[in-house]
Amino acid sequence: MWQALYEELRAKGFVVIAVALESRGAEAARPSIENAKPTYPCLIDVDHVVARLYNMVNVPQAVWIDERGRIVRPTETAGVTDGFRKMDPTTYAIPKPELDEMMAARGHYLDAIRDWVTHGAASKYVLDAKDARRRTPRFTAPVARAHATFRLGRHLIVQGRREEGLRALAKAVDLNPDAWTLWRQMADLDVVGKAGGPEFWARVAALGEKRYYAPVVEPAVSG
Amino acid sequence: MTTIISAGTTNEVSERADGADLWLTPAHFAAVTGFTLKPEGFCRGAVCVPVPRGRERQFRHEDKINIAAFANLTERPWVGSESLDTWVLEEPAQARNETLQSLDAPDFELPDLTGRKHRLSDHRGKKVLLASWASW
Repeated sequence: MWQALYEELRAKGFVVIAVALESRGAEAARPSIENAKPTYPCLIDVDHVVARLYNMVNVPQAVWIDERGRIVRPTETAGVTDGFRKMDPTTYAIPKPELDEMMAARGHYLDAIRDWVTHGAASKYVLDAKDARRRTPRFTAPVARAHATFRLGRHLIVQGRREEGLRALAKAVDLNPDAWTLWRQMADLDVVGKAGGPEFWARVAALGEKRYYAPVVEPAVSG
Repeated sequence: MTTIISAGTTNEVSERADGADLWLTPAHFAAVTGFTLKPEGFCRGAVCVPVPRGRERQFRHEDKINIAAFANLTERPWVGSESLDTWVLEEPAQARNETLQSLDAPDFELPDLTGRKHRLSDHRGKKVLLASWASW
């Protein structure tokens, strides 16, 4: 997903760190990684450590971190939109208006990264500390409890206590139902393919007017 | 044996949970939480959380410390398996918020496909796009 951008910008002191949230482990991520032939680090995160640290709830989400290790854009949707929801379930075709919107959002996001890498702190996409703090997603008590419960469930599954582990993961989903990382990972651990199957689409449809991908707040990268 | 998973460590202790309550020796308690129970309260470094007056018995009894009461007092999620033999102690939401609000990117270490470990902080001096994805 990021290889062309990385090759374009790496000489300017830019790196992508891609983190695969994959509780089934490296083998689940391997086909995609080998297909993309990335030259940047692609890491395997079986316990969703990065999602926990950065309060991520979906993929792809991204954080911009500057040369000093400071967050200049906190966790946000990384150049994708809800256009996929208009996909034809049989042909997988996406209508042109949504397709255009998806391409435009991705283009805007990549351009914003280029602007940041070129202009550094002077880039209009670099948030001041106040704005960055305001946009940082908040942990609540149920969200923290969901992380703990997810960790328990994954540990139990690794220990061979699969059914008990899956029940713990279901509790984590109940605690933080907005975290698609939790539901989809649970579904994937239950049955491979379930995370993108009919139950996924039913859950997406049940969102109604709510977004699947939280739109980036104005002044937005995608605006 | 009881397994307790907490920030970065997994501890095996000999004590058994009674419901959500799990009474640990001070040494086991310190290994799991990093806190020591002193007259001024639960202390880690210079920071102490006082034990509420009149409720000392819920926290300490016969030289054992109840980690569940500690977790409740300090707003740490404390989540157990159905058979009560495996527990996770999580950092409080407020502490996680303060960490992220500092805007210092939390460091982590994860393996790549070959098993080689990478740290975020290995890339200090570069602009980093930290991006999540998944096969599912």
